[in-house]
Amino acid sequence: MNDLVADLLAGKHSALARVITKIENRAPGYRDVVSTLHQHTGHADVVGVTGSPGAGKSTLVDKVAAAYRERGLTVGVIAIDPSSPYSGGAVLGDRIRMASNAGDMDVFFRSMSARGSLGGLSTATTDAVTALDAFGKDKIIVETVGAGQNEVDIVRTADTVAVLVPPGSGDDVQMLKAGILEIGDVFVVNKADLDGADRTVQQLREMLQHRGQGERDGRAGSGHHGPDQTAGGTTEDGPATNGERAPGTWAPPIVETVANRGEGVETFLDALADHGDFLDRTGRRDEQERARFAAEIRTLLREDANGLVTRELDRQGGLDRLVDDVVARETDPYTVVDEVLAPLRECLDREA
Amino acid sequence: MSVEHEQSERTIRCLVAKVGLDGHDRGAHVIARALRDAGFEVIYSGLHRSPEEVVQAAVQEDVDVVGISILSGAHNTLVPKILDGLKQYDAFDDRLVLVGGIVPDDDKAELRAQGVDEIFGPGASMDEMIAYIREHAPER
Repeated sequence: MNDLVADLLAGKHSALARVITKIENRAPGYRDVVSTLHQHTGHADVVGVTGSPGAGKSTLVDKVAAAYRERGLTVGVIAIDPSSPYSGGAVLGDRIRMASNAGDMDVFFRSMSARGSLGGLSTATTDAVTALDAFGKDKIIVETVGAGQNEVDIVRTADTVAVLVPPGSGDDVQMLKAGILEIGDVFVVNKADLDGADRTVQQLREMLQHRGQGERDGRAGSGHHGPDQTAGGTTEDGPATNGERAPGTWAPPIVETVANRGEGVETFLDALADHGDFLDRTGRRDEQERARFAAEIRTLLREDANGLVTRELDRQGGLDRLVDDVVARETDPYTVVDEVLAPLRECLDREA
Repeated sequence: MSVEHEQSERTIRCLVAKVGLDGHDRGAHVIARALRDAGFEVIYSGLHRSPEEVVQAAVQEDVDVVGISILSGAHNTLVPKILDGLKQYDAFDDRLVLVGGIVPDDDKAELRAQGVDEIFGPGASMDEMIAYIREHAPER
């Protein structure tokens, strides 16, 4: 296992690939690997790309990776696809759209399946980002499934989140309002050559202007979108008005792209860079990092505590037996939980 | 939970790759779907891939099985390039390499000698292929 880490740090692609496999499989020893890699991280910019299925995420990611490569930067991409709830199998097809980077090993593209896990995916994604960062990638892009809870989880991994909105998705936008709109740092209306793109940009702009204070609670240091955000009106200037309205406030720009032709990609990169500058200048990057590690520690604690409880439950005869007693009205759920946790509680009290 | 997860059975990952010029991938789609339904994770390459691209995908995705589909008859030139590429990245020994398509008997022996593990021609059954993969997927 130590050889694997050494090979990864030495820049061996097959070792990086194998580490990510171990992370995905939660193979024995993967925790030690991730722990060791942690000290080598903190150098990469992590961008999350999300949006509804068919919005053009993979195509845009492909072009973005190519553009970074032209600037001499190395890129890691993690693309997440859904898995079958029945067989657990998956067809991971995003690689098809990575044509611009074919044969270029310095774009490390890895498909991950959601594997039907609740919460496990975000842990695996975070750990895979750790591996890519330790490997020395300059830019890491995480592309999400395109629907559901994972989109919000991505925020915990990424420094900057880009949300893609396809034209003519007025109703979708309404639907996404409660979740996706708050997590975006940059919005992209892709396929901007299609009818209805202007209208979608307009709708997005209106909705973003109404994005009120506190909507982005839970995202570190981002709850400062006050009413003054709507006052400036600079977003009327054009499709790619970037940046800050009032000092310390981030007004998400809307970028128009036609990803399959590579149009707007440079503007998009500028928007990402502007957000990166904003994070550095305001100290938000540090805040975000702290929040991210706090969330990660909490998640791991919950998982491990869960494991301990499961073990204790088994030791006390298993859940079924307890359920029998509850059904027979000999005891009740609260009492059961009290009893199961009693030994753990005693341990903790003894330590204190 | 982590304790349980660490012991759970791992998921077999397969690359289904179309190399070269033939533009016919219905068979590859059918295979991709059958493998998915068997619970495997399938990375589908898309059409017209070069050997380098197949190697890149096989290494980065860390697949257990590299499935190469060729109908064009160019297997004698393309497959060795893929095998060499895998070796170059230390990604040959612990991977199954399967070829699917139309391969004359004379060529089969040569491909096997070069390191192809199995060749599935027309009429090979899906169950047979899945059983073969389950049985031979390398331990890691």
